Amino acid sequence: MASERLDGWLDQNAGRLFLLPAVLLILAFSLFPLIISGWLALSRFRLGRDGFELKYIAELNFKKLLTGSQQFHFIGTFSDIPWTGWALIAIVAVLIGNHCLKYVKYSRITVIGVIGRLICFSLVASLTWMVANTIGPEGRFGSLSTTLFYVFAGVAIQFAIGTGLAFLCAQNIRGRSFFRVVFFVPLMVTPVGIAYTFRMLADMSVGPFSPAWKFLGLGEFSWAADPWTARWVIVLGDSWQWIPFIFIIMLAAFESQPRDEIEAAELDGAGPWRVFRDITWPSVAPVAATVVLIRIIEAFKIVDLPNVLTNGGPGIATESLTLHAFIEWRALNLGGSAAVAYTLLFVSTIVCVSFFQLVVLPMRRKRGMDSSGGSH
Amino acid sequence: MRERRLGEMSLLGKLVVYGLLFVWTAVVLFPLYWVIITSLKLPGQVADGPDYFPFIDFAPSLHAWKYIFIDLGSDTFRPYLNSVIIAGVSTVLAMAVGSCAAYALARLHFRPRLLSVGLFLAALAGVVWAMAATGVSWQVAVASGLAIFLIAVFALSRVPSVRLSNGDILFWVISQRILPPVVAALPIYIMFQQLGILDTHIAVILTYTTVNMPIVVWLMFDFFASIPKDIEESAELDGASKFRIFREMVLPLARPGLAATSLLVLILSWNEYLLALFLSTAKAQTIPLLVAAQNATRGPQWWYMSVLIVIMIIPVIVLTLLLQRFIAKGLLLGAVKG
Repeated sequence: MASERLDGWLDQNAGRLFLLPAVLLILAFSLFPLIISGWLALSRFRLGRDGFELKYIAELNFKKLLTGSQQFHFIGTFSDIPWTGWALIAIVAVLIGNHCLKYVKYSRITVIGVIGRLICFSLVASLTWMVANTIGPEGRFGSLSTTLFYVFAGVAIQFAIGTGLAFLCAQNIRGRSFFRVVFFVPLMVTPVGIAYTFRMLADMSVGPFSPAWKFLGLGEFSWAADPWTARWVIVLGDSWQWIPFIFIIMLAAFESQPRDEIEAAELDGAGPWRVFRDITWPSVAPVAATVVLIRIIEAFKIVDLPNVLTNGGPGIATESLTLHAFIEWRALNLGGSAAVAYTLLFVSTIVCVSFFQLVVLPMRRKRGMDSSGGSH
Repeated sequence: MRERRLGEMSLLGKLVVYGLLFVWTAVVLFPLYWVIITSLKLPGQVADGPDYFPFIDFAPSLHAWKYIFIDLGSDTFRPYLNSVIIAGVSTVLAMAVGSCAAYALARLHFRPRLLSVGLFLAALAGVVWAMAATGVSWQVAVASGLAIFLIAVFALSRVPSVRLSNGDILFWVISQRILPPVVAALPIYIMFQQLGILDTHIAVILTYTTVNMPIVVWLMFDFFASIPKDIEESAELDGASKFRIFREMVLPLARPGLAATSLLVLILSWNEYLLALFLSTAKAQTIPLLVAAQNATRGPQWWYMSVLIVIMIIPVIVLTLLLQRFIAKGLLLGAVKG
């Protein structure tokens, strides 16, 4: 009797029991740490004679990062805006203006929509201002600008190459499964290993390409001593690892494009470029947007490559936010570390949620996929 | 169909396609080749480099392999075993917890009250505040926070309130992936220190499970949602319990998705570095930490590192080849479907 009643109870609450472990795990190892971290970010940590002491100091940790003594480290050193900076500002302004015009013209305007866009655009505008001000020859990037560079340069390169390879591989050619397996391999290598491998490869005097460097008269040049080459080497390593991820998903997308529509279009005499533009691309665009979103989410967390490849140097030129937080933690500045981590969380959440709302969702709606995919 | 288009493609076009694909094959394989031959070089050969071909440019030596496997011996095998245990167990746990949650979200309806969620968050914040400001021990704080939460929920259970839906829960779980690990790493470190399980397998396993579970929920949700409902419904009419349906009918149908997802999760936890750096020092040290540790005071020991990188990749490649047909078909159905 008792076991029957237990079975009945179990079956009735099956849904909750299925969900419970996941919720408990997130509460214990995600949400609870998040709250503690928030409290750490608002306090000062000191090692005392009897253990440690934590003192509530309100927003001082953040103030230090944004305007105080750590500004150079986090925001960067300001200088005059060079033409590249103005170009960046112009591009962002055009993008925002274009979006606003479209929004006012075609969409239903809601209070939440307006507030969300205001938050997103003010963050984007201030980040653009910061990057433009620190990109000049006199200025220096802080860890925030450096992280943004890794995210946007890295994801753009990875998406371009990954999608291109997937498109080539989706043609009916021999040896497709060979390329599929080989191209997948870099994803399996530990990022630490990739960092060391790229340090070996990029060695200017004994690396495999050193004869080429010498031939070009670059033998004396050290990429690790120049901020921009050091950053590009890190983007290179990161791209080598993550292009396979974009490749494999985009390949699946290209393979599931509507064959009959293509056939019909070709019978109507459409050329390959028109087929690509009108049929192939619209059918893979939602997947492309999703895969870019996944990459942006992961790219914000980059730490292994800068830590091992350049150790954050020269100076702080290649330090990502996570590495910055880790270095503060190692120096036992727990409050500062938590503050850096929190700003990373803040920036990446707003960027990812905005990208989801402003790019991924509209693309899915266009294809009418939203009803099947749930609300994520 | 595609054949005809490629048939129309000129010989030049074909050459370009193959040329580009082979260029990329070289880009992918050359770094790995370099790692493998570096593992066969003597320190002097690396320093005088570059040497490209074993037996032609330099005489290969197994000294680094000997050092890693025989001289280091247990200092190599222990982290390796740690990595196997940690990655394996946390993958199994993440798959179990994640697919249960994904199945529940795909099939059953949840309507949690927004008020309860808010109350819970308030109680949680209260616990942290009590520990921080008044120095209550964590056991007392957690117990009283839980008690206050339960009393408040029962007291307010009749108040009508906004309810959340499955979509909200799903979004909440998946959005955990946005959380940068460094935000959570520090408190988790302190928490495990308080519990006295820092630098143990269980600490790293639990953390990896939580970090990777959102991916499982995301990918498996779409898999379960794509399985037709009617089989399950008829089984339910026959009196099968939900647990039996899940175990005996749904899981076998979702096998391609399970295989591909677990491979992805396994790779992620096998290669993870930052959280391992926070949570383990000696006993639970994983193999990526050992790779990083080869950057000794004498400078980076390239040959030892290369051996470690090679023995780290081999099992993953073997697994991937075994699961290859599932990846092609099953991996990231979720992402493809949106």
